[in-house]
Amino acid sequence: MSVEPRASIVWDYAPSPEATDHLRLSERYGLFIDGAFCEPAQARYEPTINPATEETITEVAWAGPQDVQRAIETARAAQPRWAALPDRERGKYLFRIARLIQERARELAVVETLDGGKPLRESRDVDIPLAAAHFFHYAGWADKLRYGMVARDVAALGVVGQIVPWNFPLLMAAWKLAPALACGNTAILKPAETTPLTALLLAEICQEAELPAGVVSILPGDGAVGAALVRSPGLDKIAFTGSTAVGREIQTELAGRGVELTLELGGKSANIVFEDAALDQAVEGIVNGIFFNQGHVCCAGSRLLIQESVHDELIAKLWTRMGRLRIGDPLDKNTDVGAINSAEQLERIETLVAAGEEEGATRRSVACSLPERGYWFAPTLFTEVSPAHRIAEEEIFGPVVSVLSFRTQAEAIEKANNSRYGLAAGIWTDKGAKAFEVAAALRAGVVWQNTYNHFDPTAAFGGYKESGFGREGGSAGLRPYLKVVR
Amino acid sequence: MDRLPVRKTYKLWIGGAFVRSESGRSDTVGVFNIPRGSRKDVRDAVAAARRAAEPWAKRTAYNRGQILYRAAEALESRRAQLIAVLTDAGSDSSQAEAEVDAAVDVLLHYAGWTDKLQGVLGAINPVAAPFLSFSLPEPTGVVGVVAPDAPALLGLVAEVSPALAAGNTVVAILSESRPLAGLDLAEVLGVSDIPGGVVNLLSGRRGELVPALGAHRDLNAIVDASGEPALGTELDKLAAETIKRTSHHAAASSYELAVEDSLERLAAVTELKTAWHPVGA
Repeated sequence: MSVEPRASIVWDYAPSPEATDHLRLSERYGLFIDGAFCEPAQARYEPTINPATEETITEVAWAGPQDVQRAIETARAAQPRWAALPDRERGKYLFRIARLIQERARELAVVETLDGGKPLRESRDVDIPLAAAHFFHYAGWADKLRYGMVARDVAALGVVGQIVPWNFPLLMAAWKLAPALACGNTAILKPAETTPLTALLLAEICQEAELPAGVVSILPGDGAVGAALVRSPGLDKIAFTGSTAVGREIQTELAGRGVELTLELGGKSANIVFEDAALDQAVEGIVNGIFFNQGHVCCAGSRLLIQESVHDELIAKLWTRMGRLRIGDPLDKNTDVGAINSAEQLERIETLVAAGEEEGATRRSVACSLPERGYWFAPTLFTEVSPAHRIAEEEIFGPVVSVLSFRTQAEAIEKANNSRYGLAAGIWTDKGAKAFEVAAALRAGVVWQNTYNHFDPTAAFGGYKESGFGREGGSAGLRPYLKVVR
Repeated sequence: MDRLPVRKTYKLWIGGAFVRSESGRSDTVGVFNIPRGSRKDVRDAVAAARRAAEPWAKRTAYNRGQILYRAAEALESRRAQLIAVLTDAGSDSSQAEAEVDAAVDVLLHYAGWTDKLQGVLGAINPVAAPFLSFSLPEPTGVVGVVAPDAPALLGLVAEVSPALAAGNTVVAILSESRPLAGLDLAEVLGVSDIPGGVVNLLSGRRGELVPALGAHRDLNAIVDASGEPALGTELDKLAAETIKRTSHHAAASSYELAVEDSLERLAAVTELKTAWHPVGA
C-alpha cells in the first residue's frame, strides 16, 4: 500500500513497514475447546480480513449453539480441579502466559494490526505490553485472594462467559481472563467477530503454557455466539465489554437469573482544557485522547471542552497538529492513524458525522489522500457544537472530536456531567488544587489530569451511569470474579 | 368520659416534608389512614432525592457519620413507640423489642462506616508511570429501596443505612402490608439532622410504585429486599434500560444478618473512581 505525501506534512518519512514474513498463521483456525483446536459442529468458517486492504488474512471457525454447550460442559468439568490447585500453582500458569505473550510480542503486535487496522506503534507499545502486564499482575494475585476482599473467605464463582470487543482484542482478552483465572474460575471467551486472531494465538499460548484443558475456551463468531453464551443456563457470570445497547440487552436477558454480571460499555468522555493549562501539552493529550486507535476507544476524549479564553488559540494549535498526523498503512511504524476496523463501523462514523453537519456544527477533516482499498476516515474536528447535537451526545467510536466551550469551572463540570455516560474524563490544568476539585466533581470512573488514555493493570477501570458497572484492574478487578464463603 | 385520643394521619415523607399522596388516595391500616402513594409521588421523591444527592455526598464523612449517629439516638428515644407499632402489627413483644433494638444497632453500625469505606475499598495504584493514581469509592447517587414486609422496620433500616453511609440519597417503598413502622421511622428521621430529601419514604401498592421506581431514568441503583422473585425479575428488566446497579437481599431478620455483608451492601451502592494526577512537571 502506498500513501501519498500531504502538503501539510512538512517533511515526509520513507516508508517503514513492519515485516510480516515471520508470521506462522494457519490457513484456518478451529474453535479452542477442552484444550485443543477443533472443528465447529456445523463446520462454519468465515474469513477474517485486514481492514486496511480488505484482503482475507485467514479463515476462522464460528461457534454454533452445540459448540457453546460443549465449551460450557468442559469448562464446568475443569473448574473444580482448577480452583482446587494450590493457589501458587494457578498463579504460575498465569506467569507462564504473561511470559509467553512477551516472548511472542512482535508476532502478536503484527497480527493485532493486520486483523484490526490499528497502527503497529500502538499494538507494539500499548496493547501487547499491557496484556502481558495484566497477566503478570493477576498471576501475583492468585495466592493473595483473601486480601482482595477484606476480612472475607472467598471462592471462585465457577464458569464465566466473557465477551470482548474489537478495539483492543488481545488486551481485552487479558483484562477478562487474567482475573477470572487467578480467582479459580474457568472461562469461555468470545472474541469479536472482526478480530479473532490474537485470541486464537492466545489459545496457542495456553497450550504452550500447558494450561489444563477446559480452563480456557475460545469461541469466535458474531453476536449470535455471544447471545448463545448469555442465554445458556450453565454460566455463573457474564463479563461484557462493548456497546451500551448490547449491554442493555444482556442485562435484560439475565434479569431474575441470579447470574453475576459486569458491563464495561460506551462513553462520551469529556476532555476539559482550562485556560491555565500548558496548551501545547494539552494538544498532544487531545490528539492521544481522540485519535489513539482511530478513536475506537470506549473512553476516548470525544467531547473536548475548552475554556472560552483559550478556545481559538487551542483550536488553531490542534488543527495544525492534526494536519501533521500520518494516516495510512497500519503496519508502517510511522503511522499515527490506521484503518477503521470494519465497513460497518465506517458507516456508523459517516452517519454520525453527516448528522453533525446537518445539525449545524462546523466540520473540518484533515485533507489527506486515503488508500483506495480498505476502510478509512480522516481525523475530524467539529466546532460550533451544541450540547443537544447528536455528535455531542452519541458515541461515534471514530476519529471525530466535538468541541464545546465553557466560561467557568462550574459550567465545565456541569457540561462534562451532562451525559448518560460516565466512563472517563480528562482535565488539563497546571493548578493542583483545581485539578483535585474538578476530578472529584466529575461523574466518571476514570479521571486523567494532564494525560489521557493511560492504562495500568494496578488501576481500576470502569464506568459510572450507562457506561456500565464493575471494575477491571487492581484488587477491585478481583471482586467481580469472587464470592464470599460463609 | 374517657379522653378521646388524637389519632395521627400518616403521611408520605418526600423532600423533608410530610405530605399526602398527590393522588389524594388513602388506605386503612387498623384505625389509621395511610396515604396510597402514586407514580407521581415516586417521581417527586426521586427528584427530591436527586436535589439532595450532591450536598449530602459533599458533606465530610465525619459529618455524615455524626448525622447517622444522631438518627440512631432519635430511633432509640422512640423505642417504646416503635415496639408498640410492631406489636400492633402482630409481632410479639419480645420480637418487637429485639427488632427495634437491632434497627438502632444497625443504624449505628453503618454510621461508623462513613469514614472507613474509603480506606477499605480505596487504593493507591502503583502505576508504572510518574502519576499519583488512586481509586476511591463514591456514592452511586440516588438509590431505590424496596423494603420487605417482615421485619418491616429492621428490614427497611438494613437497606437504607448502607446507602446513606455510602453517601447516597434514598427513595424507599415501604412494605405494602405493614407500612406503619416505616412511616413512623420517617418521623424519627425527620427530627434527626438528616437533610430533607436524603431519605424519602413512600407507602402504597408495590405493584404500582415499584415499577415506577425501577423504570425511573434518574435513579442509579435499586436494592430489592421484597423477597418476591417475580418483582425482582421485573425490577432487573426495568433497571437494564438505564444500566442501573441492582442487588437483591433476603430481608435482614437480625442485627447479625444486617451487618455480616455490610461491605458488600456498601459496595453495591458505590462507584469506584480512579484518578491520575501527574507527579513532577
